[in-house]
Amino acid sequence: MKKKNLAALLMAGAMCMSLLAGCSAKDESSQPSASQPAGQENQNGGVVTIKVGGIGPTTGNNAQYGTATQWGAEIAVEEINALGGPIKFDFKYEDDTGAADTAVAAYNSLKDWAKDAPLVIYGCTTTTPCVAVAAETYSDRYFQLTPSASSPDVTANKDNTFQMCFTDPGQGSAAAEYLKSSGLGTKIGVIYNNGDAYSTGIADAFIAHAKEIGLDVVATSTYPEDTTTDYTVQLNACKDAGADLVFLPIYYTPASLILAQAKQMNYAPIFFGGDGMDGMLDMDGFDKSLAEGLLLMTPFNASGTDERTKTFVETYQAAHGILPNQFAADGYDCMYAIYEACCQIDGIADMDHAQLCDALIALFTGGDFSVDGLTGTGMKWLTTGEISKAPVVVKVENGGYVTQ
Amino acid sequence: MKKLNKNSLDGFINYGIVIVAFAVIQTAVGMGKMSNILQSLLVPACCYIVMAVSLNLTVGILGELSLGHAGFMSLGAFAGITASVLLQSAIPVGPLRLAVSMLVGAAFGALGGVIVGVPVLRLQGDYLAIVTLAFGQIIQNIIMVLYVGVDENGFHMAAGSEQFHLSAGGTAIIKGPMGAVGVTKLASFTAGFVLILITLLVVQNLVNSRSGRAIMALRDNRIAAESVGINVTKYKLMAFVTSAALAGAAGALWGLNYSSTVASKFNFNTSILVLVFVVLGGLGSIRGSIIAAALLYVLPDLLRQFGDISDYRMLIYAIILILVMLATNNDRLKDLVGRVIPKRKGAASNG
Repeated sequence: MKKKNLAALLMAGAMCMSLLAGCSAKDESSQPSASQPAGQENQNGGVVTIKVGGIGPTTGNNAQYGTATQWGAEIAVEEINALGGPIKFDFKYEDDTGAADTAVAAYNSLKDWAKDAPLVIYGCTTTTPCVAVAAETYSDRYFQLTPSASSPDVTANKDNTFQMCFTDPGQGSAAAEYLKSSGLGTKIGVIYNNGDAYSTGIADAFIAHAKEIGLDVVATSTYPEDTTTDYTVQLNACKDAGADLVFLPIYYTPASLILAQAKQMNYAPIFFGGDGMDGMLDMDGFDKSLAEGLLLMTPFNASGTDERTKTFVETYQAAHGILPNQFAADGYDCMYAIYEACCQIDGIADMDHAQLCDALIALFTGGDFSVDGLTGTGMKWLTTGEISKAPVVVKVENGGYVTQ
Repeated sequence: MKKLNKNSLDGFINYGIVIVAFAVIQTAVGMGKMSNILQSLLVPACCYIVMAVSLNLTVGILGELSLGHAGFMSLGAFAGITASVLLQSAIPVGPLRLAVSMLVGAAFGALGGVIVGVPVLRLQGDYLAIVTLAFGQIIQNIIMVLYVGVDENGFHMAAGSEQFHLSAGGTAIIKGPMGAVGVTKLASFTAGFVLILITLLVVQNLVNSRSGRAIMALRDNRIAAESVGINVTKYKLMAFVTSAALAGAAGALWGLNYSSTVASKFNFNTSILVLVFVVLGGLGSIRGSIIAAALLYVLPDLLRQFGDISDYRMLIYAIILILVMLATNNDRLKDLVGRVIPKRKGAASNG
C-alpha cells in the first residue's frame, strides 16, 4: 500500500515536470520578439509595435465564447501584421474563466507582460468580468475595447471603454421594434435566463418596450442557469398562454435544447433570438432542421458573400475546423478598429499607454472616425462608448442565414 | 518561571508569520519589486485566508462538515456593498467606511449563521453537510432575484425587477443577476492584513478558552461530552456563528475590492475551494489553513507567467493539488521528514 502511494506520487510528479519542461522550451523559441520594446523596432524599420492584451474565458462554462473572440482576433492580428503597415500588433490572450476576480488578475498579468510598452486591452468577453476590468483600466488609463460585453454598465462613467456589440437594452428594444413593424406574432412569450446579466438585460428592455408600443406579452418564464437541461416547464407556460412567437434572448447552447424540446411536445411557434443565438448551427451534433425558420438578430452572417467575410470564414475554418460566429467576427472587427485608429495617431511611437489611451478616446469619440468590418459598415462610437450600427435580422433557411 | 503554554506559543508563531509576511510584501511593493499580478492577488488572498481559517473552526475544531461557507461570504459581500453605498455621504473617509461595511458584513454573516445553525446543528455528519450545501444554493438564488437601491425617498428592496422602481436620481445597488455593479473600490491590503489578525485573535482565543475545549470535546466524543454536562447546541452554535461572522467580514472585503460582484461567484465551487484549502492545510491546523490558502489561491494565476504553459495552468493546478494530497498522506515521506526534524509534537509521549 505504501509503495503504491509513493509510486502514484512519483507518477504525478513526472507528469507535472514533463508538462513544464515541454512547454517552456517551446515558449523560448516561438516568441523571440516579445520582449523588445516598441521604440527600438520603430528606429529599426519605421514600424511601431502596439501590444494588445486580450481577456476572456477559455476555460469554464463560457469557454466557447471566449475562445471565439480569441480566434477571431488572432486572424485579424495575423492579417494586420502581414499588411506591412506602420503599425504591428503583439497579441496575447489571457483566460479569465468568466469570473471578475480572475479577470482582474489576468489584466494585471497583461500589464506585467507589456512592461513599459504601450498596451491596449481587448476584452472581456462576458459582462461581469468586463465591468471589473474596466474599473481598473479606467483608473490606470488603458484603452479598452470589448467585442461582446454588452451591458451598459461596462461603459457607464468610464471614458476609456468602448463596445463592438450592441448594448443589451438596445438590442431588447430593437427586437420589440422589429416585431411591431414586421407584424410577426400577436401573442408573445419570453423565456430567459434570470441568472445571467446578458439575458436579463435584453429581456427586461424587451418587455418594457413591448408594453410601451403595444405588443402583447402573454407569458414570461425564466430558468436559473445555462447548465439547465429541461425546459418543458418554461415551454408549457408559453404554450398554455397561447404564445405564437417565443422570444429567446439567450445563448445558443440552452436555446438548442429549447428548440428540440419544443419539437418533442409539438409546439411550433416562431422562435426569435438575440445575437447570443449565433453559433447554434455549428454546434456538434445539432440537428439543423430544428432551427429551420428561427429568426435571430445578429450583426454577422457567416454565409455572407462579400470578399472579406468569405476570406475570414475560410481562414477560420481552416485553422479551427468550425464556422466563425458573431463573437469571432466582433473580435476580428475590434482588432481592425484599434489598428485603423492607431494608424491615424501622430507620434504614436513615443507614446506610453496613458497618452495612447487619451489619443484613442479622442479619435473614437471625435465623430469622424468610422470603421468597416464584418459586423457592419461605417461603424461609429458614441461618447458613452456604445457603438452605433444597424441591427440585422436573419432567418434560418436550409441550414443557413437569410437576411430579412 | 512560568512556562509559555504550547498552544499560545503556536498562536504567537502564527501572528509572527502573518506580520512578517505583511512587512516583507509591503517593503517589496514600496520598492517597486512586486509584479502587478501579485499585487492584484493580495486582497483576494487575504479574503481566502480568512475564509479558510474560519471554515477550519467549523470543520477542523468543531468537526462538522460545512459545504455552504461561500453562502456566508455572499451575505457579507452584498451586505457590505450595500452598507458602503448607503454610508457614502455619512462617512466620507474610505478606510473607516470599509471597516463599518466589514462589520455590517460580519453581522449579516452571523445572522445567517444563527438562522441556519439553530435548526441545523441538531443534525450531524452527512445531514449537516447536505443542509449547509442547500443553504449556499438558497442564498445564491435569493440574491439573484434581489433588487436593492436607494433614492431620495429612501431605501428600496424588491424581489424581481417588476416591483423595483427607483426615481431617476436613484442608485441601484444590487440588480439581481447583474449583481452589484459600479462598486467604489475601498479594499486595501492593509485592511486584509488587519482582518487576518483579527480572525487569528478571535479563533485562537476561542480555541484556547474553556469554550474551545468544550467545542473540541464535542468533536472528539459527543456522548462523553454531553455526559459531563456540556451544552451541545450552545457550543456548536458558538463555533458555527463565529465562523459565519468571519466569513461575512471576508465577503465584505471581497465585495469592496471589485467593481462588479455577482451572486454566482459564491457558488458551491467556492465553498469546495475553501474546503480544499482547509483539508490540504490540515484539519484543525490554523497555520496550515493560512499557508495553504495563500499559496493555492495565488498559484493558478502565477502559472500564467510561464508562456505557453499557461494554457495548461488549470491542469497543472489540479495535478499539484493531487500531489500535495498524496505527499501529506504518505507515511514514508512522513518518516523521512520525521528523521530530518526529530522530536516534535507527540514525540514526548512516546518516550
